[in-house]
Amino acid sequence: MQNHYPFWKNLLILSVFLISFIYSLPNLFGEDPSVQVSSSNALTTEQANKIESTIKSSGVNSKAFQFKDGRILARFANTDDQLKVADLLREQMGSDATVALNLAPTTPSWLQAIGADAMYLGLDLRGGVHFLLEVDMDAAVKQAEERYTEDLRLALRDAKIRYLSVAKDSGFIKLKLKSAEDKAAVFALLGKDFRGLKVTEPNEPDQLWAQMSEIDIREVKKFAVAQNMTTLRNRVNELGVAEPVIQQQGDNRIVVQLPGVQDTTRAKEILGTTATLEYRLVDVEHDVQKAVEGHVPVGSKLYYDKNKSPVLLDKRVIVTGDQIVDASSGMDQDGRPAVFISLNGVGAAKMGKLTQSNIGKPMAVVFIENKVETKTVAGQKIRHKEVVEKVISVATIQGAFSKRFQTTGLDSPQEARNLSLLLRAGALAAPVDIVEERTVGPSLGQDNINKGVLSFVVGFVLVVLLMAGYYKVFGMIADVALAFNVVIVIAILSMLQATLTLPGIAGIILTVGMSVDANVLIFERIREEIKNGNTPQSAIYMGYDRAFGTILDSHVTNLVVAVVLFAFGTGSVKGFAVTLIIGILSSMFTAIAGTRMIINWVYGNRRVDKLSI
Amino acid sequence: MKSTTINFIGNRKIAMTFSTILMIIAIVSLATRGLRMGIDFTGGTLIEVGYQQAADLTTLRKTLDESGFANATVQNFGSTKDVLIRLKLQEGISSADLSTKVLEAINKNAATPASLRRVEFVGPQVGDDLATDGFLALLYSTLAILVYISLRFEWKFSVGAIIATFHDVIVTLGVFSVFALEFDLTVLAAILALIGYSLNDTIVVYDRIRENFMKMRKISTEDMMNIAVNDTLSRTIMISMTVFLVLVSLFFLGGEVIHNFSIALLFGVVFGTYSSIFIASPAALMLGVSPEDLIAPEKEGAHLDGMP
Repeated sequence: MQNHYPFWKNLLILSVFLISFIYSLPNLFGEDPSVQVSSSNALTTEQANKIESTIKSSGVNSKAFQFKDGRILARFANTDDQLKVADLLREQMGSDATVALNLAPTTPSWLQAIGADAMYLGLDLRGGVHFLLEVDMDAAVKQAEERYTEDLRLALRDAKIRYLSVAKDSGFIKLKLKSAEDKAAVFALLGKDFRGLKVTEPNEPDQLWAQMSEIDIREVKKFAVAQNMTTLRNRVNELGVAEPVIQQQGDNRIVVQLPGVQDTTRAKEILGTTATLEYRLVDVEHDVQKAVEGHVPVGSKLYYDKNKSPVLLDKRVIVTGDQIVDASSGMDQDGRPAVFISLNGVGAAKMGKLTQSNIGKPMAVVFIENKVETKTVAGQKIRHKEVVEKVISVATIQGAFSKRFQTTGLDSPQEARNLSLLLRAGALAAPVDIVEERTVGPSLGQDNINKGVLSFVVGFVLVVLLMAGYYKVFGMIADVALAFNVVIVIAILSMLQATLTLPGIAGIILTVGMSVDANVLIFERIREEIKNGNTPQSAIYMGYDRAFGTILDSHVTNLVVAVVLFAFGTGSVKGFAVTLIIGILSSMFTAIAGTRMIINWVYGNRRVDKLSI
Repeated sequence: MKSTTINFIGNRKIAMTFSTILMIIAIVSLATRGLRMGIDFTGGTLIEVGYQQAADLTTLRKTLDESGFANATVQNFGSTKDVLIRLKLQEGISSADLSTKVLEAINKNAATPASLRRVEFVGPQVGDDLATDGFLALLYSTLAILVYISLRFEWKFSVGAIIATFHDVIVTLGVFSVFALEFDLTVLAAILALIGYSLNDTIVVYDRIRENFMKMRKISTEDMMNIAVNDTLSRTIMISMTVFLVLVSLFFLGGEVIHNFSIALLFGVVFGTYSSIFIASPAALMLGVSPEDLIAPEKEGAHLDGMP
């Protein structure tokens, strides 16, 4: 029996084809313009019902209204309806919830159930903004040094060690002491509270030079990036973007991708917003109501919390956000949601002093944002700065504490998480710069898709015709395999949820041209074997057998280059490399095993006088 | 089936002369004119705007000039309705805000406002990084391939393959230099893809040479190479045609953004095909490849001796 595949082999190949076919299906279904409503706390059924009735009464027909996991997704027939409803809901919900425009895939539920999703389109295809932000690390380290200098002065004063000066000078924090005898005490102090500092003794006997250790500097830098990313996430939520991407790139860069965002001016403003935190005592001696009416007592200031109820706070600040070293959420001993906060030396000292004398009194956290907004007033664009202050939590001081403490009295673990996020975000560690921007408008995105698809179809048809014309029946079999190759590539891209970009489409097109290479090699071999006088059956057998080594060699070199391209490529070029890699691998399968299976069906296991090749 | 018997190797001097001339033109142009680097590598701002009807470039230039963007270059992109504005990096100006300012300036007094199609801003540091990464990619892919071919073939072949590939890359870069086509990230990707493609072609020919070395002991190396090139000729041409067809489709229909990518690959495929026929084998021959170089694999393939 020559040219016959065992049953299991046919089954395997056919199952791969079937699975690929199913997983590539979601890409055939379009997307619905939709509005997504979400909130940091899950939306209640009550809110959902209200939103639903708002949409109904607006006269716009929604295709579907879904309330799941505390989020709402409303689908519409066109973008006009979508925008109308979004504007309406934004007005209604205000700052209670985030209203975002989204394109919701219309994948049928049975496909979603098996995890089949459409390919993820890159920004060059769906439109949107890509920012690359660079965290100013020098500034972050400088800030840390300044904090240390301040802390050192305070610690020396507290320990009653007399000094002439503590100052930053040529990369060191130089301590000039009153007398050299105090050195031992300083060393003890540094060893206890300032382990991050490396101390050297210069020639001057009354001096000590401290320097941030490598580990400490690395920590500061890591923290600066992490903190900025948290801040950016909060900001982006404000923008109402459905699927934002915020990722670290390299040591000091952050990628922010906002699909669908067109107003880059607003995006830049919001990303550039800085925020800080303040801890203040609540003024319990005066009446809040009177303050609301306009009689704010001297030494106090009126604030509002997130529920818009007024709070009267002491004007003096206890601790500011840049003195917070870390904040995390969790549970306290009694299982209540809590936020754990660590302060630096200065903050701890102040906090310790204050809490000692104020046990039982409430203390508040104020979140302060510096926003820059461009508004159009009478046709003129005006940039104006605005400071937004908001009380985010009020808690009673249970006992004296300083460096590490916890805040309880929060409603839910989610609220605890949000607060810790805000606490960390409040202290913006280092300034960021936009070092790269790529914006693609929606019309260009759609253009790119259309052009990509058109050139793919035309290229595919041309190759199919050429193969069928030159290799006849064998060529047509190769064409079938080629079609399946494309299906597999699309299926794998969909499964991996890899990002499809315009160069990625070019990669698929290029794969179409190159993946018939294996078939050309095999078919040329078969022709040769026939010319050498072999029977059709053994020509097929030997053709496949002998071409294999060559196919492997040539494909591996291509693969090596594609992998290097993937490793060094950025953004859309990476997309090109991904499709190329998948295309090369799957083409080896379809062009060898796939075509062989069909050829075996057509010619195998029977007498053949002539091959149509 | 017809089989060709063209004396490619015998006429190698003609091909070598032709290639040498091409290489010299390319290298001289690269050395004197250099490449017209896109903003991906130089840094800068690029703004693409679309109008309802044909754009008035002269007015646009004047507007930009008056608004303080004297160094802006303005040109049509793809169609007369689309305009591409390029700005060099400027000291002191917050570059991220530049695109916003430019758009404001051109829409201020325009009867029909332009719609923003695309903004690309690349800071100087990012540009440097992208250039470094690109250069490293080129270097590492070359090294990786050198290693792979040395493992699979004899060193003279790998040197021959590298010569042929370098030939293709340099001549293609030369085309970009001579015609002052913009060299951006996508073109770099195309050049890397070209390396893979060009090698693929060369390896198919080498594979056949190796096979023939084992089968045909009596014939001179030169004749045997000629047979190998002729044997694989229809395959070489066929695969070049399929790739060429999809690239032509991409070039004409894929849009302006992908234009230079297609150009790089189109030229690359033409030169790659040419070099795998005319350059790769003669290069190995000139390096002194002989059947003795393949002594080790000969034992492996001993059973093939009986084959016709």
